[in-house]
Amino acid sequence: MTAVVFVFYLFAVSTLLGGLMTVLSRNPVHSVLWLILAFLSSAGLFVLLGAEFVAMLLMIVYIGAVAVLFLFVVMMLDIDFAELKAEMAKYMPLALLIGVVILMQLALALGVWGFDAGAAERIAAPKGDMENTRALGMILYDQYFLVFQLSGLILLVAMIGAIVLTLRHRTDIKRQDVLAQMFRDPAKAMELKDVKPGQGL
Amino acid sequence: MIAQDLQVILPEIALAVYAIVALLAGVYTGKDKSAAMIVWITAAVMAVIGLWIATGSGTNAAFGGSFVDDSFARFCKVIILFSGAVVLVMTQDYMARRGILRFEYPVLVALATVGMMFMVSAEDLLVLYMGLELQSLSLYVVTSLRRDSVKSTEAGLKYFILGALSSGMLLYGASLTYGYTGTILFSGIIEAAGDDVSIGLLFGLVFLIAGFAFKVSAAPFHMWTPDVYEGAPTPVTAFLSTAPKMAALALMARVLHEGFGGVISDWQQILAFLSVLSMFVGAIAAIGQTNIKRLMAYSSISHMGFALMGLAAGTTFGVEAMLIYMVIYITMNVGMFAFILSMEKDGVPVTDIGALHMYSKHEPLRALALLVLLFSLAGVAAPMLGFFGKFYVLRAAVEAGMTWLAVAGVIAAVIGAFYYIRIVYYMYFGQDREPLDAGGGPILWVVLMGSALIMIVGVINMFGMEPVAAAAAAALVN
Amino acid sequence: MATMILFAPLLGALLSGFGWRLIGETAAQWITTGLLFLACLLSWIVFLGFDGETYKVVLFRWIESGTLSTDWAIRVDRLTAIMLIVVTTVSALVHLYSFGYMAHDENFGHHAHYKARFFAYLSFFTFAMLMLVTADNLVQMFFGWEGVGVASYLLIGFYYKKPSANAAAIKAFVVNRVGDFGFALGIFAIFFLVDSINFDDVFNAVPDMAQTNLTFLWGEWNSVELIAFLLFVGAMGKSAQLFLHTWLPDAMEGPTPVSALIHAATMVTAGVFLVCRMSPLIEYAPHAKEFIVFIGATTAFFAATVGLVQNDIKRVIAYSTCSQLGYMFVAAGSGVYSVAMFHLFTHAFFKAMLFLGAGSVIHAMHHEQDMRNYGGLRKKIPLTFAAMLIGTLAITGVGIPLTYIGFAGFLSKDAVIESAFAGGGHYAFWMLVIAAFMTSFYSWRLMFLTFFGKPRGDHHAHEHAHESPTVMLVPLGVLALGAVFSGMIWHNSFFGKEESVAKFFSIPYETGAHEDAAAGDHAATATGAAHVAEGTASESTEAATEEVLASEAAPAAVADVAEGGHGDFAFTGLPGQGAIHFAPENHVIAEAHAAPKWVKVSPFIAMVLGLLLAIQFYLVRPDWPAKLAKQQRPLYLFLLNKWYFDEIYNFLFVQPAMALGRFLWKRGDGGVIDGGINGVAMGIVPLLTRLAGKAQSGYIFSYVFAMVLGVLVLLTWVTLGGAN
Repeated sequence: MTAVVFVFYLFAVSTLLGGLMTVLSRNPVHSVLWLILAFLSSAGLFVLLGAEFVAMLLMIVYIGAVAVLFLFVVMMLDIDFAELKAEMAKYMPLALLIGVVILMQLALALGVWGFDAGAAERIAAPKGDMENTRALGMILYDQYFLVFQLSGLILLVAMIGAIVLTLRHRTDIKRQDVLAQMFRDPAKAMELKDVKPGQGL
Repeated sequence: MIAQDLQVILPEIALAVYAIVALLAGVYTGKDKSAAMIVWITAAVMAVIGLWIATGSGTNAAFGGSFVDDSFARFCKVIILFSGAVVLVMTQDYMARRGILRFEYPVLVALATVGMMFMVSAEDLLVLYMGLELQSLSLYVVTSLRRDSVKSTEAGLKYFILGALSSGMLLYGASLTYGYTGTILFSGIIEAAGDDVSIGLLFGLVFLIAGFAFKVSAAPFHMWTPDVYEGAPTPVTAFLSTAPKMAALALMARVLHEGFGGVISDWQQILAFLSVLSMFVGAIAAIGQTNIKRLMAYSSISHMGFALMGLAAGTTFGVEAMLIYMVIYITMNVGMFAFILSMEKDGVPVTDIGALHMYSKHEPLRALALLVLLFSLAGVAAPMLGFFGKFYVLRAAVEAGMTWLAVAGVIAAVIGAFYYIRIVYYMYFGQDREPLDAGGGPILWVVLMGSALIMIVGVINMFGMEPVAAAAAAALVN
Repeated sequence: MATMILFAPLLGALLSGFGWRLIGETAAQWITTGLLFLACLLSWIVFLGFDGETYKVVLFRWIESGTLSTDWAIRVDRLTAIMLIVVTTVSALVHLYSFGYMAHDENFGHHAHYKARFFAYLSFFTFAMLMLVTADNLVQMFFGWEGVGVASYLLIGFYYKKPSANAAAIKAFVVNRVGDFGFALGIFAIFFLVDSINFDDVFNAVPDMAQTNLTFLWGEWNSVELIAFLLFVGAMGKSAQLFLHTWLPDAMEGPTPVSALIHAATMVTAGVFLVCRMSPLIEYAPHAKEFIVFIGATTAFFAATVGLVQNDIKRVIAYSTCSQLGYMFVAAGSGVYSVAMFHLFTHAFFKAMLFLGAGSVIHAMHHEQDMRNYGGLRKKIPLTFAAMLIGTLAITGVGIPLTYIGFAGFLSKDAVIESAFAGGGHYAFWMLVIAAFMTSFYSWRLMFLTFFGKPRGDHHAHEHAHESPTVMLVPLGVLALGAVFSGMIWHNSFFGKEESVAKFFSIPYETGAHEDAAAGDHAATATGAAHVAEGTASESTEAATEEVLASEAAPAAVADVAEGGHGDFAFTGLPGQGAIHFAPENHVIAEAHAAPKWVKVSPFIAMVLGLLLAIQFYLVRPDWPAKLAKQQRPLYLFLLNKWYFDEIYNFLFVQPAMALGRFLWKRGDGGVIDGGINGVAMGIVPLLTRLAGKAQSGYIFSYVFAMVLGVLVLLTWVTLGGAN
């Protein structure tokens, strides 16, 4: 067993473990942490494959941004998972059974896995010696230009959606109006009253 | 090179650009005040693009064969655009009076439409997925548009989560397919699949179909439908039940015929299974419903079962039958929702079918139109177009040697007829209740009557739709 | 013109049936009647101006299905022309008569609008009947056949509030269905063999068809025999022949004008018409002809015996109708279709008249129909009496024996009986003579019971008995003319010398040059026969023309023809040439003419005997009938109960059918099908609905569960089925 193979299995096992524990752990915060482990391990796998750029993206975007965001959300939401799980537990045996059956079927399928004869030629990866980033760029902005633009549209929709569903224009609150504050004239804003002693208001 | 590609997707670009411009216009012109106008303009733009597409001809591929503009795609796009436009126009007033007419609504509908246009034209798994997600994401948002309503937000959330799961399945299927064939192009897949596929690719196919089945709400992937239909604002429900169904079915037809056309016998059985299950689940579960929106949800599940029957035939005629079925179904549904949108009492929307008791006495003409639509939905014989839709798919099934499927379809149609005709019964023989408002406005009235009229007049020659659908089907199935 | 005749009644029916609310009831009545009189007028023009040549008016293409290709066409030939005048004349008169008869009806309230409906039905019936007689093919005929069935059903059950009327209507319909089944099978068989249902094609194919066999039920049959038999079964149903006759007496539940029109003059004769129309086919089926004769003779006898003891005035006439129809079938079965048509023709007049007369009596007696409650009405309603008397004289066949002077029935009935003697065998002959005796008896019995003797029954009714209004008497008068003269005028055409018959029906014929003693010569019309023959023959076959020319060339031959002699006369028409068909070897007419004198006189003697007996029983010794009935109680009951046919049928068919029906209804339909459907519809489906509702829990994880389960099922399916 070479070091590469050893490292591969290490990352593979820890990816699977991370995924499994994300689902299984009782504390949602722990789940997110397990998820981060899974991400990290897969980043390692990418490095092993020679896809350093993707590995770094995974680290920065998924772990640095997404997972941390998840963590905050989960911590802020305070969901009572126990209650949901109680309901879900009723289905657990059956669910397990189904899971096992599907797993077996997948194993069956993947066990006899064979690539199609022409698969290697059809693969879209650019030929030639070039670095990761460049290869990605070649594909992303050339061959899959359309798809790239479409994902842009999807992100636009996500943005619109987020705004539509959360932005509220409240009319019953006072907002700060800086200019109004700046141009406020004490003479108009205040009225001096001469209060005579002993009379009260 | 790129110029030619862009030329092919010009209609899509136009709609997308319009959506972005409309978004900017909405933002800069005082928020929702301009919403009504944007709705109208969007509808007009969609209609114009629909007409534009209708004039196209030939088969034009673009982007290395990952996008195609053929007569099948054009047929579906025209239907999608027109039904979307009609739904927009007829829902504007309703949304405005409920105070949920945001200017993002037409924009999102337009973007969803762009997604659908890509779906029906997709020639590889990635464009397919992107189109699907663009459409789905827009729909998730509009579903929960009435964000102050628990039901609406719950519906949106359910739709989103289950949709994400189905997307996951779809992607899993796509990756299995890619893993086996080494390509995401349909043309490559069919080449690799040949006429004898490995089990891995079959699993990929199953997962793909499962993903599609969710989008067309075919049983057993239909569970979201009633909740979402009920929870979503009625205009959104109207939209959900029309154009996206067409898009998803067209997508499915394209993947199955262009990607897996060599192994028809393998997916035929799966589709037949989905078809039978949908028809029966839709028919049986609808019986217990009193909310007309939920009822329409089950109705749409059942109808999707019939449309899938056409697809399950695996023949050119089957695709033609499916297209015809869908056009008829969408026309009926637009009419139905024009009616449902007008159901209100004291200004509050009503969705309980109990409110329709003795409706014929108060609104004889609208009751009659609804009767026509309901009979047509039920597929009552001869004088309604809905019957011909069913007739075509049944014929396709029989001609493909799946008589058992056709028989099951007939039985399901009989069971399903019950709940449609029950509404008719309420309208004409029910107890006397306080009548609904006469509301609805002229647009809804026209759409309702027009739809009912089409159901009757269309019997003559279906407005010449058959040869067009046949040409579209022929373009898809070689 | 034929088109106008055909569609005038339909127009009337539609206008009156659907439009009376707009135009009013009276207008509806006038429109239908007016249109009918128009049709009647045109029919007479067609009949009198008819030149013997068959022509067709194609209206439109009707059926186009595989090799079945059929026009909707009107076929006008002599047969059609005869039926046209019969139908439209009687119908027009009945329309007119109904003005008076239906003016007030106790079955409907004062404000019920039943008149327009009645007239619409009458006109509709007329249309269907015309459809039947003008048909150019069997299916069109079947259409008319069923159309009259429907009209008959509607009109018998016109008093739909009376359960007995409804039952009678259903009975008529169901019994007819038995016959129609035979008819339909016959049509199928013809189409099967000929591949066409047009009369021309069928007739042309008959000679070939006569050589073929057809497997039907358990054996092989000669095709033509089988078809003729099946068609006759249809005719039996419509014409109420024995075994399928039970509906006719019950049909008297309908209003009397209906009985006159449908159940005496027109619809019931459709069977006879069918046999005559199909004469080219029947001619090739000797066994079927024997069967027809047998059934006809037996019916004539049977119905007459039953008629002897009935007390309801309409039922007596109904059985009389049944009996007379038997006569017609005997004539047709003997091969003398012209005589059958002759009797049909005259019978339509006098029987319609009897019915209308009876209707007038009933009208006068406030809808009392039992003759035992009549009596002495002669003076109260003299005009009706006169009409009935003429009708009775006609039906009983009063005339001067051995001449051609007499009432219509005398000529036609004698013609039938002579034909039966010549072509039908002794059984038929004797049956008919006995039936003639009984006809005379019961007809006079009816007259005596009704118009003579002392008033019986309700005094009140008798005191208020009144003559019917003019609208009812005019039809009686017109029909009386027919009853008196129609026989004498057309005797020669229907039953004169063979040449004149052949000419009348445009049948090609030839006369041989043999010298032969004129055995059956009735003199008169023979002069110039050769010219007539030439005229007719030139229209038909080239061969016949030459033949006639040849015979003309030889003066001796002309003389022979002028002498006339059946030995050298032969019909040469192929099937389909001419309105009816006589086989070349068919000489029944001539033989009938040659029948011995005693044969010719026998019906007259039978009639006189019947009259004398009736006088004895009902005028001289009115107590005799009751005594006789008491003495011969079993026989009396046997006759009174119509030979127990209804009871036997009830036992044999109705009860088992009802039992089977009940079984299928309660056990089969109620238990199994309803149970099954209801079980599914009310048990399983709601159960599934509840289950589906339960599955729709609202929890996302259960939805996901369903999806995963779905994927699992699909995967398993693929693994098991698609792992190749």
